[in-house]
Amino acid sequence: MRDRFEYALRLGDNALILSHRLSEWCGHAPALEEDIALTNVALDLIGQAQFWLGLAGELEGAGRDADALAYRRDAGAFRNALLVERPNGDYGHTLMRQYLFDEWHRLALAALAKSSDPRFAEIAAKGQKEVAYHVERSAELVVALGDGTGESHKRMQAALDSLWAYAGELFVGDEVDARLAAEGVAPAAEALRPDWDRATGAVFAQARLKAPESRFAHKGGRQGRHTEALGKLLAEMQFLPRAYPDATW
Amino acid sequence: MSSEWPLWEVFIRGQHGLNHRHVGSLHAADAEQAIRNARDVYTRRHEGVSIWVVRSNDIVASSPSDKGPLFEPADSKVYRHPTFYDIPDEAGPM
Repeated sequence: MRDRFEYALRLGDNALILSHRLSEWCGHAPALEEDIALTNVALDLIGQAQFWLGLAGELEGAGRDADALAYRRDAGAFRNALLVERPNGDYGHTLMRQYLFDEWHRLALAALAKSSDPRFAEIAAKGQKEVAYHVERSAELVVALGDGTGESHKRMQAALDSLWAYAGELFVGDEVDARLAAEGVAPAAEALRPDWDRATGAVFAQARLKAPESRFAHKGGRQGRHTEALGKLLAEMQFLPRAYPDATW
Repeated sequence: MSSEWPLWEVFIRGQHGLNHRHVGSLHAADAEQAIRNARDVYTRRHEGVSIWVVRSNDIVASSPSDKGPLFEPADSKVYRHPTFYDIPDEAGPM
């Protein structure tokens, strides 16, 4: 159960933290249409986070619900991959981070939809349609900007170069992943990489972008070792429920 | 940035069997993006089953100054309305 709790947290925290990052663009995106589209994605992810964290609370059996897990844990207890806590940067940087994540998310949910644990399979299947749209949208925008003007191309390439090693963490498994893969609950982290490489490779070719060859990956987020960026994010995200416990509106 | 994107008119069909209705307009770089933006801007609350978009520039509109010649001649032709028939009760509401 401890493994499944950890894994549900990883999935929930990925969705929650990325959702919060996207929400930071609300009211600031470069075009009204993009503003609405991006916050739609953020809302999809918040919904998914609620399911995963709800499941995590159930698996833990300590009486914590999704809200308690989202708002009353410190950075060291978060299990999201480092990629999703990376600051937004410019809009191209945000879209690149989104695309790298979406393509992984699509594959991960497809594998989880076949999980031997029906609770995981159900939540994953529910999120698949949303994520199919996320990846379609972010891939199109990566191509549009990568194969766009000289300036947009330069920015997208810079974003890819800087985020590449963070994306790598999504495919580095630990004991939790290995044990859950053996039980058929979740895919082995490494197992998703070939499909991800193929899919991202096709999009980057269209976008005239070059993915770095290095397989070096920043690691630790999924085990609770985060960059300083997460603490600042949590300070904002958790402020209200921490300052006014049990506030309702 | 949006001033550099062309304007598109959006038509949404709410249910099967109904017509597409004009719901508004938005900016997008190309047709695919216009469809995606329309999905995000106009169908967030499950408003539609089908989306059409068309470049606003491609719509030919009647000119407001032609209103008189175009529409006023119909004013005096009440016989074009089917209001002079007695509808039998069996026909039900029309």
